[in-house]
Amino acid sequence: MTRAIRDAYGEALVKYGRDNPDVVVLDADVSSSTKSRLFQEACPERFYNVGIAEANMTAMAAGFAAVGKIPFVNTFAAFISSLGLIAARSFASYSGLGIKLIGAYGGLSDSFDGPSHHSIDDIAIMRLLPNLKVYVASDEVQTDWLVRQAIEDRSPVYIRLSRDAMPAIYQPSADFSEGKGQIIRQGSDITIIACGLMVSQALAAARMLSDQGIDAAVIDMFCVKPLDKALILKSAAQSSAMITAEEHSVIGGLGSAVAETLCEAGLQIPVGFVGLADCHAECGPYEKLLQKYGLDAQAIVTKAHQLIDT
Amino acid sequence: MALSISKKTYMQELCKTFRQDVLRVLYDKQTGHPGGSLSVCEILTTLYFHAARIDPGDPQQADRDRIILSKGHAAPMLYRVLAEKGFFPVDEMNTLRDFETRLQGHPSVKHTPGVELSTGPLGLGLSASLGMALGLKLDGSPARVYVVLGDGEINEGTIWEACMCAAKYKADNLIAVLDWNGVQLDGLTDEVMPTGNLPAKFREFGWHCLECDGHDISDLCETLDKAATLSGRPVMILARTVKGKGVSFMEGQSAWHGRPVGKDEYAAARQELEGENV
Repeated sequence: MTRAIRDAYGEALVKYGRDNPDVVVLDADVSSSTKSRLFQEACPERFYNVGIAEANMTAMAAGFAAVGKIPFVNTFAAFISSLGLIAARSFASYSGLGIKLIGAYGGLSDSFDGPSHHSIDDIAIMRLLPNLKVYVASDEVQTDWLVRQAIEDRSPVYIRLSRDAMPAIYQPSADFSEGKGQIIRQGSDITIIACGLMVSQALAAARMLSDQGIDAAVIDMFCVKPLDKALILKSAAQSSAMITAEEHSVIGGLGSAVAETLCEAGLQIPVGFVGLADCHAECGPYEKLLQKYGLDAQAIVTKAHQLIDT
Repeated sequence: MALSISKKTYMQELCKTFRQDVLRVLYDKQTGHPGGSLSVCEILTTLYFHAARIDPGDPQQADRDRIILSKGHAAPMLYRVLAEKGFFPVDEMNTLRDFETRLQGHPSVKHTPGVELSTGPLGLGLSASLGMALGLKLDGSPARVYVVLGDGEINEGTIWEACMCAAKYKADNLIAVLDWNGVQLDGLTDEVMPTGNLPAKFREFGWHCLECDGHDISDLCETLDKAATLSGRPVMILARTVKGKGVSFMEGQSAWHGRPVGKDEYAAARQELEGENV
């Protein structure tokens, strides 16, 4: 385990935003949680704590973007994709204003606060908005790249982060491209397409499957939109089954995006969806929630056997 | 500075023409919002032809003032004013709400020259205008942001969130004008959602608050001039207006918020709008 993703995010904001006078950062009274406070400490004149007013914050960001600024909007993923949605829809999506919607505490990572604070529908919601790019960070190195990319690319983006640390997947020198999934493990039998925390769970599952004689490829589909359809189709053609894995409802998120791609291409391949089974979780330790709600390596292994053994 | 008689007359004549043209287009199209378009006529005219520094020949000039129509359903009047200002031909008004038009049902920054912000969902324009104002301040720009709100719109909680935030950040380059016509879609604002003592509310939220007659060109211009001299706080101008102003049977009637204009109604309205009493 490495640093918490929220720390990596806050430090990246300072690293790439400090010397760029266009970067402004807004937070809705959770800056000590999202770690946008690190930017406040570095650049107080470009930091705005708007209080507990997420809709106002997101619409304010539109105004900043309209006069040439690069606004980062910070609050929990559950709230930016609900209370922030009307402004995201009107200004980031419809108008194409370059608002950076940052969803902290994605998935179940705010585990003890319970389902009111879990974010299990944000990928689906944000994926629906035209013009919006949708990213899900899978480790610390990638989080750093996502912040840098969000500043360089003036487009509107949604970036889902996590509260906690994630297992390291990438070397610090790793580079990424918008719309390009990362093949992080080759495999000839099945392909696991994952995002966020589930990428490391997929790698663990692949190791377990390997011991059972099943060779699994793992793809980090950190950019859910635009989606790397070519990679999905190429992998499907080389696999006997495909599994998607996300810390999100099985409805509407990465799994749905992959299924849409396969269906549209007319590819007939067994597909399994690992995610929350159209339910809310509960409060408790993160690890226990992931285990109970089928968001771990074992759940992926079980799904693989269901697909292959039938 | 007192408004010259010629300039006042010029703007009054503009308003008379704008009302006639907007109502004609709304009748032709059988879609769109007459009530709020008629009530905001003088507000938009004085903003574009008196208060704001905007050059259609250099529309992206960094230090231009911004005008935001937060009550986006009054788009027909905004379009007519923008056309007069020179952003597009007046004849283009005939494409309002048409298929593939640049004049969408609600203002769209991607479609229409001169529109600074896409609006339509109510309650967002003040927040976005505040973001613009603070962004311009960061750059040391002298530009002001003018935002026109509806009084039904202020039912939205975001308006009050933005009010608190604008006061906190001393956004004195932000000037809001409330089209205070007392009527919203379903009825009188006092019935649908009583707004109470608005001057006291805005002052308590930390704003300068001015009041004027929103159909009196001189009063509007003088109030806008005064607003530009105030500092330390954002400015709210409560402009008393009449929904449907200029067409007697539309005035103060919520039914005319977004109703199509019938043939006989248009004939009667046209007679009134072309008369000298508007």
